[in-house]
Amino acid sequence: MDNNFVIYAENLTKKFNDFVAVDSINFFVKKGESLGILGPNGAGKTTTVRMISCFLPPTAGILKVFDLSVYRFPRQIKSRLGICQQEDNLDPDLNVYQNLFVYSRYFDIKRSVAEKRIDYLLKFVGLSNKKTSYIREISGGMKRRLMIARSLVNEPDFLILDEPTTGLDPQARNQVWDSLIELKKKGTGFVLTTHYMDEAEKLCERLIIMDQAKIIVEGTPDYLINKYIGKYVIEISNISSEIENFIKSKNVNFEKTSSRMLIFTDKSESFFSEIKEKFCGSLCSLRLATLEDVFLKLTGRELRD
Amino acid sequence: MEIIKNISWRSIKVWQRNWSVYIETWLVNFVMPFFEPLLYLLAFGLGLGKLVKEVPYNGVLMPYLSFITPGLIGTIVMNYSFYETTYASFVRMYHQKTFDAILSTPLLIEDIITGELLWGTTKSIIAGTSMMIVASFFHLLVYPIALWLIPLSALGGMVFSTIGMLFTSFIKTIEQFNFPVFLFMTPMFLFSGVFFPISVLPFWAQKIAYIFPLTYLVIIMRDIQINKFNLAFLYSLIILIILTIILFILSIGLMKKRLIK
Ligand SMILES: Nc1ncnc2c1ncn2[C@@H]1O[C@H](COP(=O)(O)OP(=O)(O)O)[C@@H](O)[C@H]1O
Ligand SMILES: [Mg+2]
Repeated sequence: MDNNFVIYAENLTKKFNDFVAVDSINFFVKKGESLGILGPNGAGKTTTVRMISCFLPPTAGILKVFDLSVYRFPRQIKSRLGICQQEDNLDPDLNVYQNLFVYSRYFDIKRSVAEKRIDYLLKFVGLSNKKTSYIREISGGMKRRLMIARSLVNEPDFLILDEPTTGLDPQARNQVWDSLIELKKKGTGFVLTTHYMDEAEKLCERLIIMDQAKIIVEGTPDYLINKYIGKYVIEISNISSEIENFIKSKNVNFEKTSSRMLIFTDKSESFFSEIKEKFCGSLCSLRLATLEDVFLKLTGRELRD
Repeated sequence: MEIIKNISWRSIKVWQRNWSVYIETWLVNFVMPFFEPLLYLLAFGLGLGKLVKEVPYNGVLMPYLSFITPGLIGTIVMNYSFYETTYASFVRMYHQKTFDAILSTPLLIEDIITGELLWGTTKSIIAGTSMMIVASFFHLLVYPIALWLIPLSALGGMVFSTIGMLFTSFIKTIEQFNFPVFLFMTPMFLFSGVFFPISVLPFWAQKIAYIFPLTYLVIIMRDIQINKFNLAFLYSLIILIILTIILFILSIGLMKKRLIK
């Protein structure tokens, strides 16, 4: 095995009783790389990252982190990982500073070293002026940032981020992104799960899309968009049978939702002008294809949960 | 045994976490343990003690307050660890997700539960010692022999920490702790020989009393009090030690089962 791999998973499976939450998936992450795991609710993202974090023992398969087996070396693996779980689990009995300090003790970091590092981290996530606040007194965005700061206390070689920005307002999300981009510049790779396509596109070099316990596709954002959608999307919001027949005759990829029609295409201008003139005028638009198009195309449009 | 193998010195870090929280509100936390024994002693000393003068125990006639003092120390030791590893541990585990947070560090479940048990034991030592200090003001303890009550508080603390953790390992909501409290703790408090010698009970009730671990703790503490030992002392001590070892492993194993699916 190439020991440039930070994570290596082969036929990784997790069952809860008879329910298969992760079904024989294969993937890897290289040193310094940032991998995004996308997928609808219940796809198995959290279960996957919880196995990587040595929280849950896999039911079957190989899973190595830093070239160490999660079955045998959880302590060693966890001492080098920075783990930011999906649910905030900051200590409500302690204030902001103490949260980081008590956490540093679990890693056996010397007090003087920890104190310096915590000051730095609080500055890094913009919480220096909240040192003595208790967790109930700080906002959701601040909690998330504190979670990230906490996961950095041990100067991890690699980060595990499970939905780091879910539920945050745009300002807070951007702040979290800035922190992660800065870490990436310093060479700290991560695995990140998210529902936000823009987040995945911005932060991750490579993506995995999971659905129903399986990995359905894998690749860079550009590759996925080009392969499954093409360059452009034409959106039509006044669908009629004439348009539909016309599109079908053109032999292009398209999808129909209850109120719109989406046409996926590489050739743009002339085709778009033709549709616009013939059928829909201002009720249709041309835009670049996005990861969201890929996601919805591959995982379907029905609601989950 | 994998459970034993997985326990490391890092358990102390969990103990330290609880200690850090404890000393945050040190005033309340260090005054409280004195208040309760004071109330007990005043109530029994000024009340019941006026009616019951002496109680025969192991061939010794003990003044009533002196008789119940070791029993009350045992009771307080039991309460502080049991409530710590039931309600308090459950809140940390279930409501605050503190165990989840700690699991993101090099610690394993075994370390976390061991740390919690040690913390419950520590609470018992603090409570037992506080009670001893209060009792000493009333000249109810004879030193230096009474100092043995401190390690025995630790032993009792370990017994009841592990019993508490056993309940925590399968309880679903915090209200369900009412069941062990009413069905186990309350009868144990009343029928373990704290207030009267078990020998006055009818035979069938005596048998029940010997199901309760508190009975054994009260026996050894009271024997220390009168500085007179017989086989019952030895048996009780051995039973408590064996119980601790079994329950320690069992409670960690069951918590592991609960937390790791
Ligand atoms: N501890 C558990 N016990 C039983 N089922 C679980 C457990 N954890 C997760 N699941 C189930 O596994 C599936 C995948 O969950 P999860 O990994 O949390 O999905 P995601 O993070 O992608 O939303 C879900 O159907 C969830 O209900
Ligand atoms: Mg999830």
